[in-house]
Amino acid sequence: MRVRLRFTKLGKIRFTSHRDVARLWEHAVRRAGIPVAHTEGFTRRPKLSFGLALPTGSESLAEYVDIEFAREVEVDRLPARLSEALPQGLDVEAAVEIPRGVESLQQVVQSCSWSILVESITPAVLGAAVEQVLTAAELVVTRERKGKRVCDDIRPQIIDLEVGEVADEGTGLLAELGTQPRSLRPTELLGVFTPMLRAARTRREGQWTIIDGARQDPLAPGATSKHAEVRAS
Amino acid sequence: MSSIWPQLEPLLGEVQKPARYIGCEDGAVVPEYHQGSVSWLLIYPDVYEIGLPNQGLQILYEILNESVDAVAERAYAPWVDLEARLRAEGLPLFSVETHRPAPLFDLLAFNLSAELVYTNVLNCIDLAGLPVRSEERTSEQALVCAGGHCAFNPEPLADFVDFFVLGDGEQVVSEITSVVQGWKASGRESRIDVLRRLSLVAGVYVPSLYEVSYDGGFVESVRPRYDDVPEVVDKRTVANLADWPYPKRHLVPVTEVVHDRLNVEVFRGCTRGCRFCQAGMVTRPVRERPAESVRSMVRDGLSRSGHHEVALTSLSTADYSGIHRVVSEAMSDPTTCGDVSVSLPSLRVDAFTVGIAAEIQRARRTGLTFAPEAATWRLRQVINKLIQEEDLYGAVEAAYSQGWRRMKLYFLTGLPTETDVDTRGIADLAANCVAIGRQYHPNPSVTVSVGGFIPKPFTPFQWFGQNTVDELRRKISILRDASRGRRGVQLKWHDPRASLIEGLCSRGDRRLGAVIESVWRRGGTFQEWSEHFAEGLWRDAMAEHGLSIDWYVHRHREETERLPWDHLSAGLHKDFLWQEWQDALQSVGLEDCRWTPCYDCGACTGYGLEHIVASATPPAGGSQGTGQVLSPDAGVPVSISSGYEAPARIR
Repeated sequence: MRVRLRFTKLGKIRFTSHRDVARLWEHAVRRAGIPVAHTEGFTRRPKLSFGLALPTGSESLAEYVDIEFAREVEVDRLPARLSEALPQGLDVEAAVEIPRGVESLQQVVQSCSWSILVESITPAVLGAAVEQVLTAAELVVTRERKGKRVCDDIRPQIIDLEVGEVADEGTGLLAELGTQPRSLRPTELLGVFTPMLRAARTRREGQWTIIDGARQDPLAPGATSKHAEVRAS
Repeated sequence: MSSIWPQLEPLLGEVQKPARYIGCEDGAVVPEYHQGSVSWLLIYPDVYEIGLPNQGLQILYEILNESVDAVAERAYAPWVDLEARLRAEGLPLFSVETHRPAPLFDLLAFNLSAELVYTNVLNCIDLAGLPVRSEERTSEQALVCAGGHCAFNPEPLADFVDFFVLGDGEQVVSEITSVVQGWKASGRESRIDVLRRLSLVAGVYVPSLYEVSYDGGFVESVRPRYDDVPEVVDKRTVANLADWPYPKRHLVPVTEVVHDRLNVEVFRGCTRGCRFCQAGMVTRPVRERPAESVRSMVRDGLSRSGHHEVALTSLSTADYSGIHRVVSEAMSDPTTCGDVSVSLPSLRVDAFTVGIAAEIQRARRTGLTFAPEAATWRLRQVINKLIQEEDLYGAVEAAYSQGWRRMKLYFLTGLPTETDVDTRGIADLAANCVAIGRQYHPNPSVTVSVGGFIPKPFTPFQWFGQNTVDELRRKISILRDASRGRRGVQLKWHDPRASLIEGLCSRGDRRLGAVIESVWRRGGTFQEWSEHFAEGLWRDAMAEHGLSIDWYVHRHREETERLPWDHLSAGLHKDFLWQEWQDALQSVGLEDCRWTPCYDCGACTGYGLEHIVASATPPAGGSQGTGQVLSPDAGVPVSISSGYEAPARIR
């Protein structure tokens, strides 16, 4: 049986890497005594599939993992059992059984929304800068990919961008960034502003799939049923 | 300010591996501070990934936090990137649990596992906001102490550390707590008073209470400055490990560390008697943990930690009585769904041991590591690593025939009496192992890992002049030539320059303090990291202070010479060590004393202890080439106190 879970990454634990989080989950399922299925072969590993990597240091309200179980489990009890076995800050908030053959998290997620606290900037200055970015016809950046320098126009991946609330350290920026075919990272977004913006804090607020043209949580019934037309494109 | 977290948090976004600094481990304690309790900051003077698994530190952490009078937190050396940021922001070293500033603790306690961390110790003291020299610190400031294997020759750090603890720390930490508690309660009068009181605690050495005089280059005398200060400080020894089943709550980090597994110590001490091995000498006598205690530590540790690997640790785990049973029980532990793997970090070189390894590694058999240490029987008798050629080839054949493809062989070079025949012999031996492997696999490989030998205090080789860097390089090049063209043999070696500096610190005296300070002041930290190691800083500092590397490192010592650590005791009689040194030079080996009459090394008799083993049956195949007949039925002088698995004492 397969289960998709949503969990948070808040507080000090946000300084762990994506790889660390995978390791923490492996420990947690063993400590909770949950019958996870294992891969065959020389190194037997628990069958855990994580979604898009979260940059080290960012918080998140919406991380996802798909777990395959060796036998039936009570899905409703999983969030409490796993939260107990995970470190503080990693809390499982929802769990839904998914049929075999459902697209992986990497495939199903189309965009992520981010809340970015931009350092030392007023809402007015930030607002003008956002306007500039949104009106640009293209935004070409060079980035490293598999050791090669690649030029990409990232403008199509900026789905939404607006000024958020004012805080002591700066002003909030709310962004929805595309993840297909490759995720646009908040730091890459901040790099296209002139002058470049610096984030005091970054939090992933949600990950979204598109069902019938509408944004949905990857745990939503439409996203987890096998025959749904998951992709809008 | 009792936590620097708000100031630290923004810096963590800018440094490598920030998870090093957040704590959050399972098993960590968030202590409550109250008036009257003594606060310890346990510091491992290297990065978190290396320091976190340290068992000594975890044991003391737990014991201290269980005590009502003490609280303990941990700190690790910040990597150079964070150190620069801390200094720029004026922030101190901090604990990982509550990010409490180091200057707020009563005691800063360092674990000294290796000599090359000495400059990091100074750096941590400095980052804690204290003057690095003990004499400049006031009674308002923390006491600085250190323990671990390097504390057996603490003289190079005597100017910086207020007191050292020799031997096992389980009991002595509570005694120190109570002295410091009394000192705090009486209003922290002068530092010298508390240090004098600490010097009366068995196992505690306060270097500033001893006057060292020199005769030319040599130490002439080391005399206590007060009548009640002991002339010789003896190490502490915990008699029975069954009384100390620690750590009970292993620290499970939130990020990957070295030895990322559950570690359960199955015994302490070793009587194999390898003459180069300081650990084996200073941790005597052998004290085995009873099998039942091992079993429950494995069971509880696995279910609590979520680890799927347990290492049974000791200096020679295959020698543990009843190792078979303990291993098979650990593997079939019902709480782990049969999903656990067991590892033996110290493999003995014989087919018996490979048999156990085969049971453990049912699935993946990639590589096995053996440590013959020397390539010829003659030289192995010199170092008392009594493995005969048949043992080694038997082990290698057993391994290849049971599915392993890669062997790793550890050797030392620069050993006493070593000739070029011995050095070249390493390549021959490796090639022979590959040839054995070829009977079973098309492409077997043998990696030979060579380290330069460094003589250590309290070993029979403490009198030996270490090989020079040039000599070690010459031997490595002989070995490179000899291995060239031998298919399947790969050679790796340790940097001889790092061995030189380790050797310098290992047998140094107090005059090296100035050298260590100079190296640190010029930025020489993280010296055990090849990218930071700076031999030039050490050579310059030695010259600047008028000291000779040659005299400290490469000189053979005489029997009559007073060694800088002669006022300290690891329990071993100096004449026993000298006799062992003479026997070594005659290539005469010494059998394991667990199954022979006592040689009176001093380790048992001096403490009124005996070797404690969990089972009266000697390990099968355990002769390790000593020629002893050790089948289970052979008459072995063992008496069992009562009942099955009761600790047996060997006389």
